[in-house]
Amino acid sequence: MRNPLSRQITEIQPSGIRKFFDIVNEMKDAISLGVGEPDFDTPWRIREEGIYSLERGRTFYTSNAGLQELKDEICRYLQRKLGVTYDSRHETVVTVGGSEAIDIGFRAMLDPGDEVLIPQPSYVSYLPCAALAGGVPVVISLKNENEFKLTREELEAAITPKTKILVLPFPNNPTGAIMTREELEPVAEAVIEHDLYVMSDEIYSELTYKGEHTSIASLPGMRERTLVINGFSKGFAMTGWRLGYVCGPQIIIEQMLKIHQYAIMCAPTNSQYAAVEALRNCEDEVEKMREAYNQRRRYLVSEFARMGLECFEPYGAFYIFPGIREFGMPSEEFAEKLLEEEKVAVVPGTAFGECGEGFLRISYAYSLEDLKTALRRFERFIEKLRKEKQ
Amino acid sequence: MEDTRRRILNYIERNCKVDEKELAVLLGIDEAVVKSEIGAMEQENIICGYHTMIDWDKAGVEKVNALIEVRVTPQRGRGFEKIAERIYNYPEVSSVSLISGAYDFLVTIEGKSLMEVSRFVSEKLSPIDEVVGTATHFILKKYKDHGTILAQKDKEERMLVIP
Repeated sequence: MRNPLSRQITEIQPSGIRKFFDIVNEMKDAISLGVGEPDFDTPWRIREEGIYSLERGRTFYTSNAGLQELKDEICRYLQRKLGVTYDSRHETVVTVGGSEAIDIGFRAMLDPGDEVLIPQPSYVSYLPCAALAGGVPVVISLKNENEFKLTREELEAAITPKTKILVLPFPNNPTGAIMTREELEPVAEAVIEHDLYVMSDEIYSELTYKGEHTSIASLPGMRERTLVINGFSKGFAMTGWRLGYVCGPQIIIEQMLKIHQYAIMCAPTNSQYAAVEALRNCEDEVEKMREAYNQRRRYLVSEFARMGLECFEPYGAFYIFPGIREFGMPSEEFAEKLLEEEKVAVVPGTAFGECGEGFLRISYAYSLEDLKTALRRFERFIEKLRKEKQ
Repeated sequence: MEDTRRRILNYIERNCKVDEKELAVLLGIDEAVVKSEIGAMEQENIICGYHTMIDWDKAGVEKVNALIEVRVTPQRGRGFEKIAERIYNYPEVSSVSLISGAYDFLVTIEGKSLMEVSRFVSEKLSPIDEVVGTATHFILKKYKDHGTILAQKDKEERMLVIP
């Protein structure tokens, strides 16, 4: 029989961390700090709109780019939050989660051999999606001493004549790092100087704990070079609704819409109706969730400091990224032992790139009670390791 | 009200058991400030008490709760305050509120049995001179109280690790 598979897909490595994830997900009694989604249910008023849309029989396709009503709200929201204006008819596509926007963005922009700069540690899908689109992913290894922010020097060191897109994943999963306007400015200058485009993944933009989120698209000369990707999963606790969006220059959005139209048709209709409510009336609900995350964040920062683990203070998303280099074992081995001995699941930093070696991603999308229980076990584990080392 | 106080109150309204040291960490406020502000707010009667929410049904203790609408005619020189006082001084009464609309006071009462509550209404509440009428509603089941849903929580449905 002929080989049924394409060479391109078989060349893409399955995530090395898959094995570890499978072990954890099989384990029934483990306490997890490994989840990358909110612990809150979607606010009731949003769910209620979703239910109502089903009751009214709104079960048809929407137009490919999404409900006009929703696209209008998205553009109003971005205007309000980022101070960037988009045309809701020609510069906005509602997607199946932010993930789809990443995929179709690469596909619309890359020719074979074009290089995509991917700062790591970062979310797992940029690299394979860029490769599947024919691009060449080039990793920029971010540094702990910079609190895992991207510097102009790091960016320029990675640029070649083939570089086309810079992925900018802030607020960052897994490090919790954010980039302020002052930190984005030199990056934007280099992007303009070298004539690059930016794919700015701002899915955690609602979850920042030190000042308002700044989008690179709001800096001078950047709007026409940036795809702003966002969605409802994190800030509005709507992961399972699979709803995101992308805004950017018409010339790119037009082509992305073509792919979306043929491959997806449209994002789920009832999710779109629910999302209108999310953008119109949920500031308070989002604020309550943000405040709860912030309390847990402060708690973890203080606990890790007390335990004497190296850890910078993260100001975004719902992750903290402590270093475990003092124990002299790889992150994955540490995570496996922690799971085995104390039944606590965390994600090794290496799941997000090789430069995550020596770190763990700890999620605080858990109740304070759960965090306390897990941290007691975690502390017992590292104390034992420290004793063994002596 | 200043932000520090509001944030402390927002937190302890839901969980007064939190210790002051932990509260300081959670809110990012200096521990000494948390202590002094809570002390001051107790003095000023902004914090009026610390209570425990109990699901008595689950505890297997029978209690009867009723809402009573009370209509009154306030008399010259004795406004609503005086009448309210005559009502709220009874220990069986858990709350008294002045209400706009079809009646004047909403009184909540806790007793051991229907009989006990009915007797209180007919023997104590109705005979008050200014009271012109009452309507008693017994609570059959409580679904949510003080912002807390009393039904059993669902189990965790998320996968254990998600990148």
